[in-house]
Amino acid sequence: MTLPRQRRARRQRAFRIVTFVVLGAFFLIPLVSMVDFSTRGTAGSGRTGEAWGALLHDPELTAAIITSLELAALTVIGMVLLLVPTMVWVRLRVQWAARMVEFLCLLPLTIPALVIVVGIAPVYAWVTYFLGGSALTLTFAYVVLVLPYAFRSLDAGLSAIDLTTLSEAARSLGAGWFTVIARVVVPNIVSALLSAAFISVALVLGEFTFASLLHYDNLQVVIAFFGKSNAKVSVSASLAALIFGFVLLLLLSLLGRGRKGRRTTAIEPLAVTTPAGKEVKG
Amino acid sequence: MIKAARRALPSLGMVPFLGYLTVFLFIPTVIVVVGAFQDDGRPTLDNVRALGSGPVLHALRQSLVVSASTAVIGAVVGGLLAYAVVTCKPDGAVRRAVTSACGVLAQFGGVMLAFAFIATLGFSGAVTTLVKDSVGVNLYGSGWLFDVPGIILVYSYFQIPLMVIVFLPALDGIKVQWREAAENLGASTWQYWRQVAGPLLLPAFLGSTLLLFANAFASYATAAALVSQGNPILPLFIRSALTSEILLGRANLGYALALEMIVVVAIVMTGYALLVRRTSRWLR
Repeated sequence: MTLPRQRRARRQRAFRIVTFVVLGAFFLIPLVSMVDFSTRGTAGSGRTGEAWGALLHDPELTAAIITSLELAALTVIGMVLLLVPTMVWVRLRVQWAARMVEFLCLLPLTIPALVIVVGIAPVYAWVTYFLGGSALTLTFAYVVLVLPYAFRSLDAGLSAIDLTTLSEAARSLGAGWFTVIARVVVPNIVSALLSAAFISVALVLGEFTFASLLHYDNLQVVIAFFGKSNAKVSVSASLAALIFGFVLLLLLSLLGRGRKGRRTTAIEPLAVTTPAGKEVKG
Repeated sequence: MIKAARRALPSLGMVPFLGYLTVFLFIPTVIVVVGAFQDDGRPTLDNVRALGSGPVLHALRQSLVVSASTAVIGAVVGGLLAYAVVTCKPDGAVRRAVTSACGVLAQFGGVMLAFAFIATLGFSGAVTTLVKDSVGVNLYGSGWLFDVPGIILVYSYFQIPLMVIVFLPALDGIKVQWREAAENLGASTWQYWRQVAGPLLLPAFLGSTLLLFANAFASYATAAALVSQGNPILPLFIRSALTSEILLGRANLGYALALEMIVVVAIVMTGYALLVRRTSRWLR
């Protein structure tokens, strides 16, 4: 009886090695190519760090990097301000709305970002009218974009604590709702907040659809623009953004693993992605 | 009366959230749906009728081809990879590394992915140059990377890892005991897969395939960065509708195209939800 099982184990091992090697190559070759391409010398020989230097020296590119980082920070702030009080409130006082809020938060996964862009243009005419035409106004759309991912992380974090007891204890000691949320709940869900923030930052740094179609310059728009004149800079900037995103998302998956009692990590994707975009995908 | 009012009071806490979503999610969606049936404020079916015109149908067909082929490629290859992962030790380093990598790669798309492949297989890409110098074959050809075949290749890069992540839970749900039971009853490997594991996994597999389909269908950024001219697929057609104001003589065509996209994605996601419900009956 052990013989066929051993044979199967050997077969499975061979299958595993072939699969990992072939797919590993498929996934690694483009990344290695990016390193090669972006450091290639001008005369077709030698190596140069010019394209990487442009990340720090090219005014257009640095401006775009700063814009994207600011957008990421603002989106995180907006997401936390919108989502945390609402989710806490729903769990404590308006339980009947729980399913509705979950449904609404996951909705942007089913409505393609591109569709929202088409419809949001008239809304943005008003936003520009009230707040001016700064690229930072994209924050409003990005908060919607990161909603499903942030919701999942925060929902997991809030499920892991005894919210009712905590808030009742705080309230009976005289705390107002603001104190309950800011000084009791938030310190208890720090790791969930961090993972929500990480995924939001990763998504915003990779976002292209909204920015390009609403005519704002963020990092990805400028990368795409450089592709026409200096592809090397585009590739180096892409790789830099990519590595930054990888690090963020890997940290995120470590955070997710650290959380007790949940098998899945916070980057459990989609019931879509987008990576368009997810996205880090569009 | 006062009691009822007091009971309704906590609901007011939902106002900021609902208000925000109204402005930045519902109104845009409503604008798309209403705009598709309007022209200069007058109701009309002309925009929707324009969806039946040659160029739009062509883009839709190409989009369906891209989505279906990347969904099938992603599902088959990703399914194999997921199976390879399942045969690893459950808490081993290999499994952890592969699932983490897949989680990251599934989110990786957009402009950066397009440039990754331009650096690889573009006119002077690393692999193109390497193959040309060593074998003398020109992989670049006539620029297939910047058309439908290229889009399919590039989308596979995020579809395969996505498949691993969505399909892994179903594979994990298959118990070793079932295989042992089947073997004790004399089943061959083929019979086990054909009659036990296959039927159990099929709904999850098809569901994941649909999810990949919707994911590819809705993707925009990667294709937009890759293809700068022409509208081979529907999302890029929407781009020209938005940037050139008037396309095929219709100002509101963009809304109708977006509506078409909503309809396709909604149909696919409904199928997905039904299949997931079926899978969750025996999973966990």
